[in-house]
Amino acid sequence: MSVEALDRVAIPAGLAVAPALPDVLPPVKLRRGFIGFVRRHPTVAIGGALVLLLIAMALLAPYLATVDPTALAPARRTRAPSPEHWFGTDMLGRDIYSRVVYGARVSLLVGFSVALLSSLVGLAIGLVSGFLRWADGVIMRVMDGLMSIPPILLAVALMALTRGSVQNVIMSITIAEIPRVSRLVRGVVLSLREQPYVDAAVAAGTRTPAIILRHILPNTLAPMTVQATYICASAMIIEAILSFIGAGTPPTIPSWGNIMAEGRALWQVKPFIIFFPALFLSVTVLAVNLLGDGLRDALDPRMAKEY
Amino acid sequence: MSAPLLEVNDLKKHFQLGGGLFRKRAFVYAVDGVSFTIARGETLALVGESGCGKSTVGRAILRLFDITAGQVVLDGRRIDDLPAGTLRPLRRRVQVVFQDPFSSLNPRMRVRDILAEPIRNFGLANSARDLDARIAALMDKVRLPRDAIDRWPHEFSGGQRQRIGIARALAAEPDLIVCDEAVSALDVSVKAQIVNLLQDIQQELGLALLFISHDLAIVEHMTHRVAVMYLGKIVEVAPKRAIFAAPRHPYTKALLSAVPVPEPGAARERIILKGDVPSPITPPKGCRFHTRCPYAFDRCRSEEPALRPTETGHLAACHLHDLPDAQNPMVAM
Repeated sequence: MSVEALDRVAIPAGLAVAPALPDVLPPVKLRRGFIGFVRRHPTVAIGGALVLLLIAMALLAPYLATVDPTALAPARRTRAPSPEHWFGTDMLGRDIYSRVVYGARVSLLVGFSVALLSSLVGLAIGLVSGFLRWADGVIMRVMDGLMSIPPILLAVALMALTRGSVQNVIMSITIAEIPRVSRLVRGVVLSLREQPYVDAAVAAGTRTPAIILRHILPNTLAPMTVQATYICASAMIIEAILSFIGAGTPPTIPSWGNIMAEGRALWQVKPFIIFFPALFLSVTVLAVNLLGDGLRDALDPRMAKEY
Repeated sequence: MSAPLLEVNDLKKHFQLGGGLFRKRAFVYAVDGVSFTIARGETLALVGESGCGKSTVGRAILRLFDITAGQVVLDGRRIDDLPAGTLRPLRRRVQVVFQDPFSSLNPRMRVRDILAEPIRNFGLANSARDLDARIAALMDKVRLPRDAIDRWPHEFSGGQRQRIGIARALAAEPDLIVCDEAVSALDVSVKAQIVNLLQDIQQELGLALLFISHDLAIVEHMTHRVAVMYLGKIVEVAPKRAIFAAPRHPYTKALLSAVPVPEPGAARERIILKGDVPSPITPPKGCRFHTRCPYAFDRCRSEEPALRPTETGHLAACHLHDLPDAQNPMVAM
């Protein structure tokens, strides 16, 4: 069959047709380098700087601490902050400043490990749930079940099954946090699957594993990172709570929760014992949350041009 | 006339609704028995209101889901029942351009990778150099500068993104491109440019287009034949000139009367249909259009009209054509 030629759309000369259309938008002038980034994302800068500072403190604890954090000195117990003991001493005479510095190790280790582990497991569960319709119902009901238990209670219950150690604390909090990640990933996957570019990739012959790797995963990364920072912050709080109620890190290890637990009985007369670890916990959680908020904006390539 | 490139026979797609443990299952009869053919190098426009099932037809041809019933035959080979592995190489021949230029490109892939994906998938390039040459040629074809290939989708305007979408479709060297409202989201001047671009490419490459649209003004320019859909069925198919000059279905007539006339004072007789489009969950018995048709009579309420020739190359699904011409409002004008 011969196909007739069609007439082109006449574009009237008077109509303001963008004249040089094949021009690509000029890239938005962004101040490059470190200063430009700090200006565009001050929350990332502040949160990131604080987190880096705390990581440095944890890594350099042996050099920063003035004395052994576990060294007992019954003669000098419950001293108020002084040039000798910056944050005072607890009821066993241990130096609170040194204990707080070492405590950062536990908090950051728990926070980062839980964020990483629960993200990986949650990502896997969420992807399976988002892609396999038959598995979705079962998995999501299990997650609903887990979510119906408050995460702290769940972590306490899981800790009751094992002995107190940092690894077990990490495992318990991870299990408690997994449902949140898998729900998020599942939701993101379900909405990404409906994107026209995924349909176009299917039409272009891309296999399902490549669809997931190339089109789904990279687009879950931004919400995942943000979620991971929130989980990191929440894990640190849960760790402190577990230690505080004696269900977490063993009391021989100085963690912020343990220090606060030990200062609990004396908090009305010696509030500094609780105050300093609590201050560090608050600042750390704030820093991580700031970082998360900032990353949410910074990771979205579409947001970049608005600055 | 040689065998058509694409043949769609009695295509049905019913989407299941709900159907939980205690709820009755219901179906959306999105597409309910649609047949048409597209020849090589031909443009068929599929027009109709929102929700009439025209996009579903496009997605069914692309095999983005399994169809409920019917056949999709590409170049003499049935493709609707092929397993995914057998179908994949055949996907090369049917590509798609979507409506929304913002969600049709992966925001995390550079233009180069977007265009390389189909080329790699179908093994069209025999070397890295060939791949680069093909990508450059595609950019030329859609009239985008070659050096834009290392940019991200968000750096482009809507019209430019649509060009990238077209380039991606062309990358697979298809025989047919489904243009699902491909120009509806663009503003008028850009729309005209994309329409011309599509026509030039079509002539140059001998592509067939399934042009899904609700914009009759564009359809009048773009297409050789027009198929009009209403509530999951085709009510009329005819060559463009015939359908615009003398529609043979009351729905087409009403639809055409809604096209604005670009001339001040030139009032066209508007046919205002009464009521709303019935739900595709419970489509009306008989002719689906009878609830809104100004000419409906008893037979329309009980018997569904088949798509039959009214004159050469013109098909309509309407009982009015069984009446003597003198009583047929679709003929006597």
